[in-house]
Amino acid sequence: MRFILRRAGFFLVTLWAAVTLNFFLPRMMPGNPALALVGKFHGRLTSQELVSLENLFGVNTKASLPVQYVHYLGDIATGNFGTSLYFYPASVSRVVLDAIPWTLGLVGVTTILAFVLGTGVGIVSAWRRGTWLDGLVPPVFVITSAIPYFWVGMMFILIFGIRLQWLPYTFGYDPTLTPGLNPAFIGNVIEHAILPALALLLTTIGTWILTMRNNMVTTLAEDYVRMARAKGLPGRRIMLDYAARNAILPNLTGFAMSLGFVVGGAILIEYVFDYPGVGYMLLQAVENEDYPLMQALFLLITVAVLVAILLADIATAIFDPRTRSAG
Amino acid sequence: MSDPRVPEPVLEVSGLSVEYVLDRGSVRAVDDVSFTVGRGEFLGIVGESGCGKSTLLFAIAQLLAPPARVDGGSVRFQGTNLVGLTDRQLAATRWRDLSVVMQSAMNALNPVKSIGAQFKDALRAHGVRRSDEIAARSAEVLRMVGIDSAHLRSYPHQLSGGMRQRAMIAMAMLFTPELVIMDEPTSALDVVAQRSLMVQIKELQESLGFAIIFVTHDMSLISHFSDRLLVMYAGQVSELGATRSVFDAPRHPYTQGLLEAFPSIRGAKVPLKGIPGSPPNLAIIPNGCRFHPRCPMAFDRCSEQAPDLYERDGSLVRCLLYDDAAAGSATQQAGGRADA
Amino acid sequence: MAATTATIQPARPLGGQAARRLWRAVGRNRKATAGAVLLLFFCFLALFPGLIAHDSPTAEIYGRSMGVSAAHLFGTTAYGQDLFAQVVWGTRQVLIIAFGAGLASTAIAAIIGVTAAYLGGAWDGVLNLITDVLLVIPLFPLLIVIAAYVQNSGTLVLITVLTLTGWSYTARQLRSQALSVRSRDFLEAARVRGERAVYIIGVEILPTMTSLLVAAFLTNALYAVLFASSLQFIGLGDPNATSWGTMLYWAENNEALQTGQYLWAVAPGVCIAALGTAFALLNYAFDEIGNPALRPVRKIRSKRVRPARS
Repeated sequence: MRFILRRAGFFLVTLWAAVTLNFFLPRMMPGNPALALVGKFHGRLTSQELVSLENLFGVNTKASLPVQYVHYLGDIATGNFGTSLYFYPASVSRVVLDAIPWTLGLVGVTTILAFVLGTGVGIVSAWRRGTWLDGLVPPVFVITSAIPYFWVGMMFILIFGIRLQWLPYTFGYDPTLTPGLNPAFIGNVIEHAILPALALLLTTIGTWILTMRNNMVTTLAEDYVRMARAKGLPGRRIMLDYAARNAILPNLTGFAMSLGFVVGGAILIEYVFDYPGVGYMLLQAVENEDYPLMQALFLLITVAVLVAILLADIATAIFDPRTRSAG
Repeated sequence: MSDPRVPEPVLEVSGLSVEYVLDRGSVRAVDDVSFTVGRGEFLGIVGESGCGKSTLLFAIAQLLAPPARVDGGSVRFQGTNLVGLTDRQLAATRWRDLSVVMQSAMNALNPVKSIGAQFKDALRAHGVRRSDEIAARSAEVLRMVGIDSAHLRSYPHQLSGGMRQRAMIAMAMLFTPELVIMDEPTSALDVVAQRSLMVQIKELQESLGFAIIFVTHDMSLISHFSDRLLVMYAGQVSELGATRSVFDAPRHPYTQGLLEAFPSIRGAKVPLKGIPGSPPNLAIIPNGCRFHPRCPMAFDRCSEQAPDLYERDGSLVRCLLYDDAAAGSATQQAGGRADA
Repeated sequence: MAATTATIQPARPLGGQAARRLWRAVGRNRKATAGAVLLLFFCFLALFPGLIAHDSPTAEIYGRSMGVSAAHLFGTTAYGQDLFAQVVWGTRQVLIIAFGAGLASTAIAAIIGVTAAYLGGAWDGVLNLITDVLLVIPLFPLLIVIAAYVQNSGTLVLITVLTLTGWSYTARQLRSQALSVRSRDFLEAARVRGERAVYIIGVEILPTMTSLLVAAFLTNALYAVLFASSLQFIGLGDPNATSWGTMLYWAENNEALQTGQYLWAVAPGVCIAALGTAFALLNYAFDEIGNPALRPVRKIRSKRVRPARS
């Protein structure tokens, strides 16, 4: 329990760091970029919207930096991220909330799949060391880990979308259909999700396979695995109960760490496929200098990663009795 | 070679060799080792680090992992040769008739499973499935080593070092096997705990009647408990005989050197002598006798001819000094020292 | 674990000896040699692009969107530039970023990681916290946000930004390694001699971590290549620079895939993948060199066991 509390404390610190970064970055840049922004939108915003914009970026305020910071924190805490500039007059929160389900679906499902499949292949590959499977796995996935995510997406579009015309490759669904919880729409959504999901899966699975395999190999050399053999336990039980259960523990924390990279990959994949998720919105915001939206999305992504890490830590605490006692 | 007391040995190791297959060629860690273990016998195997004793143990239990492999010889356990059998073929005998105790219980016990769960694994793997039987037997073996059965629910890291070791020994007793192989189980403990663990092991052996092969580097400790001693050097058997005989009248110069390095509590104060030099790199074995570069009694032939095991007064010694065929100046020279 | 050899631990592994052993290990490892050859090939391209591609990469003088021909090995872009020349000349910028950011982040990671391990206590806690926080904050979105504010990042800015954000992962690795080295005897000897911390860290600890440092550099270089080209791809680099990432940016902008100009997108992508593979192969090989347990195991086919001699 103390372990969880300590981790939660760490997250608060990280969250604070991210929020503070968000606060200081635009103020640190040469020639406050927000200044130009405010000038551009001056005529079109209500005074309230203008004030919140100024709070976020510290322009035109006579308040000192610490006071700005406090206002800023207050705004963040109450969920007031201001109005989106590109999607005006929609509020930033609205844009963000609309984008979340798409990313959750695409990235969430794909990541879990990649983790499960990747870990499984890694376990078997290490168990069958010296066979063709294990010989093939490392080089193949060394290569896939070096290919840029977005390029895989582009190739998928080229091969399956343009040349073979098997699957659609833009947006989340056919815009001529009306969204709703009917089978036609859902089927269409799934159809649109296949290519980006496969691209994401292919590029991220390599890390899981390799790290799990390496962890397994180290674990298989441990004395307790040898002991399990000495006890005459059946092979599968040794592989799963003695080796994999221990090998996966560092992977769980690693899972959380590499979520950062999954996020990066997701952003690029969404961009290439015009998939209306959080990553796509982030890049739209960047392209169109919609800084309020950009900031909010950055914070959202950070929070999501933190939550995932916390979940992984809880899972470690559940599966590793040593952390429970150590506290 | 077999002990005249028992009709049929529990274990018969003949010419066992183990090599490590490395990139730059293979290295023989165990070279042509032969010995037997009778029913209920306590055999101690001693030697320096790196002499191959642990490798020998794992080879006997068929627990080697690549790049190590058995290169020659046989291991007859209750009549069946274990060498070459697959894990599946060995599964039935394992633990039921032959169990293993390792050096560090912290490393040998699965850290994420409770003690009871690990006992259960072994029991279920050999056909004991009813939970009441499992619980009863688990509690019983723990009682044998003096641990409360409440600890079945504990995880390895929650027990003290001594308790862990005893729990591991209890686990080895689950099926009261014929032979228990122990790899330095006392090395990680302090001196007092060592002695009490050894006493416990000896008591268990006497009441349950199993044979023990006990590997250690601590010759003085083991000499109080073992029936016979096997001294290993550089992968080979250098001396093998009844404990009292080897301990009180060591024949091989290496054994003599080992004993002279241990102080005796009783008796006159003598300056301790270590053995100069270090064990050979097994990839580059010296010509002739492997010990000759460090041997105070080496003579010319020692660097040319590799000695076989020669019998002397019921013990086997791998030393040219005891090669009766080579009579002459060599034996004359060494005659006085051999019985020191 | 069963000890098999009793070799005496050297008093302190000498730096030069370690480097030579490393070199030999590289030669023997197939993955390492493949990766090294690939990397050297790209270095050659970066150093002497003019020898391979005779056209200027930026001159828009050729016909637009031409296909593959003897004059234009990869065809031309929609702006009439020779694609082959672009790919070859683009190598330079990519490698500069890879080596620049790679070396710089490795240096920072080494300093912070080893210092944290060496100093221990409160300092360790503080440095660790900073490292962990930076590790957890998702890197790519952070890069995007920073690059968005800076606008039009040239090579130097890219390297700086990548370095400042990318050192945390390898810092952690180097710290764990340094922790295990910290208690060894030769360090005690140095401390007793009265050597200053900087000396101990620089001269005694770091040389023992050579293979890990190389592995860290390779990791950082790989991610520098991938992140830099990703940033350039979404338009946050300098669009007028000649680099593989910017080529992909222009290809995407001109709908190269939809209009049949495949090579525009395929060629630079393959190059990024190839260079990345070179780093990844070398990295994997160094993992194996550093941790012998991971080395490929030849499945020992059960040779017929010789019967006992006696």
